[in-house]
Amino acid sequence: MFARRRPLWKRLLRWIIYAAVLAFFLFPIFWIFMTSIKSASEYMHSPPIWFPAAPDLSSFRRAVEVGGLDAMRNSIIVSSVSTLLALLVGSFAAYGLARYEVGGENLPFFFLSQRFLPPVVVIFPFLLMFKTLRWIDTYQALIVVYLTFNLPYTIWMMRSFFKEIPREIEESALVDGASAVGAFWHVALPLAVPGLIATGIFCFIFSWSEFFFGLTLTNIRATPLSVFLPGLFGKQMIMWGEVGALSVMAVVPLFVLSFLVQRFLVRGLTMGAVK
Amino acid sequence: MVAPCLRHQVGRHHQKALWCCVATSTAQERTGRIGGRWTPWLFVAPSLAIVVAVTIFPTLYSLYLSFFRWEPTLADKPFIGFGNYQELFSTGRFVNALAVTALITIVGVALELAVGFWFADFVLADRRGQRLVVALMLLPVMVMPVVVGYTWRLLWDAAYGPINQILGWILLRPVEYTWLGQTSTALLAIIVTEVWQWTPFMFLILYAGMSTLDGEIYEAAEIDGAGTWQQFWRMTVPLMLPIVIVAVLIRAVDSIKMFDVIYTLTGGAPGTSTETASYYIYQVGYQFFRLGYGAAASIVLLLILSVLLTFLLRALRSRMA
Repeated sequence: MFARRRPLWKRLLRWIIYAAVLAFFLFPIFWIFMTSIKSASEYMHSPPIWFPAAPDLSSFRRAVEVGGLDAMRNSIIVSSVSTLLALLVGSFAAYGLARYEVGGENLPFFFLSQRFLPPVVVIFPFLLMFKTLRWIDTYQALIVVYLTFNLPYTIWMMRSFFKEIPREIEESALVDGASAVGAFWHVALPLAVPGLIATGIFCFIFSWSEFFFGLTLTNIRATPLSVFLPGLFGKQMIMWGEVGALSVMAVVPLFVLSFLVQRFLVRGLTMGAVK
Repeated sequence: MVAPCLRHQVGRHHQKALWCCVATSTAQERTGRIGGRWTPWLFVAPSLAIVVAVTIFPTLYSLYLSFFRWEPTLADKPFIGFGNYQELFSTGRFVNALAVTALITIVGVALELAVGFWFADFVLADRRGQRLVVALMLLPVMVMPVVVGYTWRLLWDAAYGPINQILGWILLRPVEYTWLGQTSTALLAIIVTEVWQWTPFMFLILYAGMSTLDGEIYEAAEIDGAGTWQQFWRMTVPLMLPIVIVAVLIRAVDSIKMFDVIYTLTGGAPGTSTETASYYIYQVGYQFFRLGYGAAASIVLLLILSVLLTFLLRALRSRMA
């Protein structure tokens, strides 16, 4: 691989294309970050001002005052409990599918297909059931509903991670008198921890970004951040500063988490079809 | 003190080796050791129960609801057979919502694929800066769709948005165009917004796929005198086809469910010109409280999605094999 040295204009053109593409894909993120630190007179200015004269954090203060942190806490609770439940229950199933081939070829794909269910198909039944249970606007409602996508996802991903562990390792544990559950819990699961963490982070990201179920099943107390944001839209005026501040609060945690799973990213996004 | 310990270890080792010989013989012996034939199902049973409770049962319930006129003002909810389904296809609004959904999905995914594929090929041509580009391209994918909607609503804004401002610089006159207010451009705005968020998704997948392609065949092709253009169309495209199919189907299945960006960007307006199927169903249920009718619409959506999903599962299955 001896790359020929390209002519200068070609290399220049390459960097120009790079810059243009990245500018397009990063500009909206830049804009919302800038909006969050502009003063009211700056974000309500026409023509728009790109850089604030001085960073103004009052939008963040107001976002917190109107309840932004409560919404964030709701999001954290609902997303993490649903994720942990999915990991706990789903890992068992994934192990059963991977090691004992329970249900043959079809059962794994049955679970996977549930991951793609349109939320509108189940929303009216959930609404009626949760009305009866008095679960509307509660954490448990969202935690249960988020399992509709987190559990199938966990089962599918963890199955592929378990399949990568050599069978012999657990077999030697079985010899030493471990039960099937023991071999899973003490041998296979610890070996699958990197996969478990990656899967968990993906579930958390999906739950955190979820909007439809949050919108339809919560009112005030259990409102997650994604649903709290539209609530800031008044009838006559949009509080762009607060929207910007809350957007930053919603986006930064996911940026951090996604960097942690970068190694598994494509695998996680393509259901393991590309590694 | 040492000897028994050693002997114990050796003993265990022998036992282990012996077991391995037996263990690899048949699956039945393996499962037989830990109990009956059905014991492995215990691993799967809790998940199966949850999936039945939170997905299968509600879906069947929805199907059941779809045969009733379920409205809160009615004391009894009469069974009307396929009445809701007839109404869906005789009034234009649901059909319109399906058409809007199809248009956004087809145009959006096609653009995402074209740009993502080109850019993956472009980035791979030179090693410098690759890691940084991949890390930066990841960011749009991770932005919450609600935030994407509001951010672009601000960008498209007639007075406070930078898009009109930048166009003004190019055209050398002030532009105050209300992108989201006109039927002709609201749909365009939604497609641009979708393309912005999901082209990086396509790029990341195709980039990962392309970087595993064997470099040697390209060298061989070069020696045989194949140009860059020929290499791209005759080698990269066919070799990438299985991955492209999976990526396109995953995106299409997601795009058909599109709701968040419609809710935050246009609310289906102007008129019903940007109303997607999911958004229409939401309105039927939450503004008009016609749950039976909404359920019927959601079942139709599910059927359409199932067709795509069948192809997706088939593609995944052949890739896993």
